[in-house]
Amino acid sequence: MPKLTLEEVEHIATLARLGLSGDEKETFREQLSAILDYAEVLNRLDTTGVPPTTSALPLNNVMRPDQVTPSLPTEDALANAPDTDADQFRVRAILE
Amino acid sequence: MPYEPVIGMEVHVELNTASKMFCGCSAEAFGTPPNTHVCPVCLGMPGTLPVINEQAVRYTVMTGLALNCTVQEHNVFARKNYFYPDLPKGYQISQYELPLCQDGYLTIDVGDGHPTEAGQARRVRIRRVHLEEDTGKLTHVDGYSLIDFNRAGVPLMEIVSEADIRSAEEAYAYVTRLRQIVRYLGVSSGDMEKGAMRCEVNLSLRPVGSDEFGTKVEVKNLNSFRSVRNAIAYEIERQTRLLEAGKPVTQVTMGWDEAAGVTREQRSKEEAHDYRYFPEPDLPPLNLEPAWIEAVKGSLPELPDAKRDRFMANYGLSRYDADVLVEDRAVADYFERAVRVAGDTINPKLVANWVTGELFRRMNETATAITSVKIKPEDLVALIRMVKGGTINQPAAKETFGVMWETGRPPQEIVEERGLKQISDAGELAGVVAQVIADNPDPVAQFKAGKETIIRFLIGQVMKATRGKANPQLAEQLLREQLQSNE
Ligand SMILES: [Zn+2]
Repeated sequence: MPKLTLEEVEHIATLARLGLSGDEKETFREQLSAILDYAEVLNRLDTTGVPPTTSALPLNNVMRPDQVTPSLPTEDALANAPDTDADQFRVRAILE
Repeated sequence: MPYEPVIGMEVHVELNTASKMFCGCSAEAFGTPPNTHVCPVCLGMPGTLPVINEQAVRYTVMTGLALNCTVQEHNVFARKNYFYPDLPKGYQISQYELPLCQDGYLTIDVGDGHPTEAGQARRVRIRRVHLEEDTGKLTHVDGYSLIDFNRAGVPLMEIVSEADIRSAEEAYAYVTRLRQIVRYLGVSSGDMEKGAMRCEVNLSLRPVGSDEFGTKVEVKNLNSFRSVRNAIAYEIERQTRLLEAGKPVTQVTMGWDEAAGVTREQRSKEEAHDYRYFPEPDLPPLNLEPAWIEAVKGSLPELPDAKRDRFMANYGLSRYDADVLVEDRAVADYFERAVRVAGDTINPKLVANWVTGELFRRMNETATAITSVKIKPEDLVALIRMVKGGTINQPAAKETFGVMWETGRPPQEIVEERGLKQISDAGELAGVVAQVIADNPDPVAQFKAGKETIIRFLIGQVMKATRGKANPQLAEQLLREQLQSNE
């Protein structure tokens, strides 16, 4: 499989909100391509007649009844926040 | 060249479950103190696992069935990846390839804006109904933003239509109809002002008769039914002007500014709509048994259209009256309880007249919901019976109704207390009639000279003399008898 292009790496970095240097972009281009190559191995298997699955666990239909259970105290919920104000998480200005 | 709008709608509906979609936090988010209904799951803390709320699945399937959809037996949740501070995990658990319900339709009535016989039924196809989780709420303050995660993880149902809508009126009919259905099903308050129902519109124009699609513009920030109608009307006009001037329509997201009555281009939230969906590995697949789906189908309440048809067939109501009565399920229930109490003694049409007339007038004047009305259906029936049986006349009935509205007391008591009983005894009324004739020589003379209409004035005098309690038919009869005999 051909290597990812530089543009593809930049696009992925943007989506992941990562600012990469030129060297890093090249490093990740190598590494991400290697991961894709590794996954490509799976394509060698003949899966004719095998239904697609989205889960490898022998589970399905795990549901819970609609019942309210206690929430966290607000102080605990906010304990790890870098900044708070008026019982809310405070972040840099977001423009809508 | 005449253009026609091609409109599709995405409607998000907050389900009114007790708890959130994937954790046990209370789903009550509107007006609650910030960050009081949050836990490690809905805050997206590492190491936590979501568990599906069964009721949310049931509500979504109910809605899909009410919208004539096919319910998927094999369901998969997916991660929709994007970064925004109101989304604690960096992804939203949603559905992508395998939504719970697909391929349905909703019938809407569009006429002159009123649900009358003149209305035409149109089908808007439903592409999908799926289940996801809501995001937190952002408040923008000078220089920074605050986040409250009470709403994060509240079950959110998304209903996506095909681009079958052709006017602002149809879009309005579509969303009001959807709200009516979710309310009938009891799965959501459908309250747009409180954000329980949110709409997005996709709109493009094309030359009439063309099968092609024009450039699609997305319109957001529609916070009321009125803004849905107004924003679409505005956007149709804006795009028509562009096309007629030979300018291209650009593919943008617009926000509706209700105060200014215009749409404005929004700075795009995501530079790319590349959500990199993939199956949610934290949730095992959800396989709905056909028997379970059938059971849900069997539990659906009677829906508005069926109820309207039944009201027309069983109670002989007009289409208009039936439509008005079934608009709100609680009103329809109120009417039917009254009809049941009345049994064969009162024509259901008469009950409908009182409900859509006097009761609706009071409800509208005071913005009162039917659930807060103090008058019990059986008392309304008792009042109608008193009018029909001649115990009280119309003006006394209105007065009694007024007191019932204020106090919720039974009419018999009010009539007794206020002495509103109609005088239907000829002996009792004869003296009053004689007095009125004696006191009004001029009108009497006019009547005898052939001015037939003056009888109404004389009846009025009898009513006045009895403080409105005379039976008007009897008063007229006695007046005519006495006027003839003393000729
Ligand atoms: Zn929670």
